[in-house]
Amino acid sequence: MAEAAIAPARPPVIWLHGQECTGCTESLLRSYHPTLESILLDVISLDYHDTLCVGAGKQALDYKHAMMEKHKGKYVLVTEGGTPMKDGGIYCKVGGKTQVELVREAAEGAAAVIAIGSCASWGGIQSADPNPTGAVGTQTVIPGKLVINIPGCPPSPYNFLSTVLYLLTFNRPPELDQQNRPKFAYGRLIHENCERRPHFDAGRFALEFGDEGHRQGFCLYKIGCKGPETYANCPSIGFGDGGFGSWPVGTGHPCFGCVEKETAFRKPLHALSTVKTLTPPTAFPQVDAEKGQGISVGAAAAVGVVGGMVVGAGAMLLKQIGEGKKSAPDSTKERA
Amino acid sequence: MSIAAPLRRNLVTPTTLVLAALAVIGFLFIGMRLIYGLGAVTNLNSGYSWGIWVAIDIFIGTALGCGGFSMAILVYVFNRGEYHPLVRPALLGGLFGYTLGGMAAFTDLGRYWQAYNILLPWHWQPNSIMFEIALCLLAYTAVVWIEFAPVFLERWRFPAIKHFLDRWMFVFIALGVLLPFMHQSSFGSAVLVMGTKLSPLWFTVWLPLLFVVSAILMGYGVVMFEATVVSNSFGLPSEHALISKLSRVVGWVTVGWLVIRWADLLDRGVVSLAFAGDLKSWTFWIENALFAGTAVVFLTPAGRASQRASFLGAVALLVAGALYRLDALIIGLRPVGNWIYFPSLPELMVTIGIIALEILLYLVFIKMFAVLPVAEESSPRTADRRLP
Repeated sequence: MAEAAIAPARPPVIWLHGQECTGCTESLLRSYHPTLESILLDVISLDYHDTLCVGAGKQALDYKHAMMEKHKGKYVLVTEGGTPMKDGGIYCKVGGKTQVELVREAAEGAAAVIAIGSCASWGGIQSADPNPTGAVGTQTVIPGKLVINIPGCPPSPYNFLSTVLYLLTFNRPPELDQQNRPKFAYGRLIHENCERRPHFDAGRFALEFGDEGHRQGFCLYKIGCKGPETYANCPSIGFGDGGFGSWPVGTGHPCFGCVEKETAFRKPLHALSTVKTLTPPTAFPQVDAEKGQGISVGAAAAVGVVGGMVVGAGAMLLKQIGEGKKSAPDSTKERA
Repeated sequence: MSIAAPLRRNLVTPTTLVLAALAVIGFLFIGMRLIYGLGAVTNLNSGYSWGIWVAIDIFIGTALGCGGFSMAILVYVFNRGEYHPLVRPALLGGLFGYTLGGMAAFTDLGRYWQAYNILLPWHWQPNSIMFEIALCLLAYTAVVWIEFAPVFLERWRFPAIKHFLDRWMFVFIALGVLLPFMHQSSFGSAVLVMGTKLSPLWFTVWLPLLFVVSAILMGYGVVMFEATVVSNSFGLPSEHALISKLSRVVGWVTVGWLVIRWADLLDRGVVSLAFAGDLKSWTFWIENALFAGTAVVFLTPAGRASQRASFLGAVALLVAGALYRLDALIIGLRPVGNWIYFPSLPELMVTIGIIALEILLYLVFIKMFAVLPVAEESSPRTADRRLP
């Protein structure tokens, strides 16, 4: 590991854009630990990236080909965006070649392939029904090669950066789940670590946007939060560098399950999610339960005894007053 | 007119033994609180941060100690010298009401080991209500002891000090009238800052004034109560003639109090809350009925003439004033979050122990020192003993 960390050569990276909005790149540009420039200048050598290329057109493409040739079998391929397969893949082209051809060409000599974002992972928004372009994820285009999926719309830049740094440090992919997502980031349900989870357990829900419960920060399950069926680390690390609460649920919007193939762009935004752990109990604890200590037997007894003594002594005294001041009790009968 | 003398009775009686035992139990729990903390002894919680130690020992206890203050207003400010025999016993009550109230405040302080900071001027926060209360309470406790000092000096004879006090006593008497106005109104301000936490039946901008007036009323109540109880228990000459005269004054002050209270309630339009049928509304009516009852007894000639009715009137006044304070501090509270509170047994025993100690010390003092008027005297002016 120490050797890997001080290895002099910066591994080359080829970054391809398909059907996408560049949101993944945009969120990556706003990460600060490490910053993008320290990644680009110190850690990797970004040899081709549609958004960040200095060159343009044929010049850039020629450089990409030259680098792919030079570092054959050593570079990392990152795909951002879906790949249209319908009608021979004509719906997304760069430099006259379809995205299918570009991905297959680049994947051939790649040491590792990372699909960033939900589009590259499994087609994303353009694959939503009726999927007019036949969009699919990178893994479907190159079935023979391992593709590490970093889904999300956009994914947290730190899930991507952590995966890249893991690859560079250990020369092998991190532990992956069945959908090839790194387990360190996609291992637990959002519901498990959600800051609003206590409200779910106590039965306190926002029922519509802007209602009393919503303003109180109650659980968003009933307005369609997909946290209970979505595996992601958003509640633990937030999104980007905004600090605590800077993720959809933290800002009051239900999670829409962007990292789940079967959830985002497939289930209606405000439909109830499938709760994979516990369903809410049918009987809830009292929302406004009594707190503090009430009267105890001992306290009641003490109040009763002392109160009785006071009233009794008062009555005796009153009787004595009624007898008149001439009664003059002797000194042994002090009552005060 | 009569002069004061020690009763010289037996100090050890069944009454004093029971009181002493209660005081010991109370102080054992105070020790526990000082070592293990408030949570170990009290039922205080985040909703009710002031319990009976504050409500009863400090707020009600010092109001009961206002006898000296109320009598000083009457005797020295309105120059009604005929009430002078009632001053010393009233001062004695104030002596213990305030000293032990201060002790209860110390017991209730979360970090009592920091309490000495109140005496360091460079740590003062003069905008704080609690600071005003603390300093004023300390000052008044000292003043009461000085006002009462001639009683000790008569017994132990320190001519130099007595001469100095005789000469300058008017300063301390003036302070003794001024200071309770300040801290009793600050008690009202301390409740005032509770804001919406307090039911509108008690929360008003007039709280400071209501607290001062109710303290004066309770001061008179305790003087009348104590005079009747002591003269009957020890077979002393009755002071009913004096009390009967005083009760007329008290009756009118009570009417004044009720006028302020109800004018404010009507002005704010919150009387409907009194018909909610909950504990708050019931205690509100009991409190007001007791005040009104007192006024009726004290303002009718028949009520004033009957010793029994006057005594009941004084008791009603004391219970009314105490209930007003208990309402404003605990019963009328509606803390956010559905908190409930009832004092724990140890908490109750501390309050009972402190009250027991007050009564015990009162009994010991009237037997050892010249407090109560006992012997008839030919002329009130011959023996100028400077009863403060």
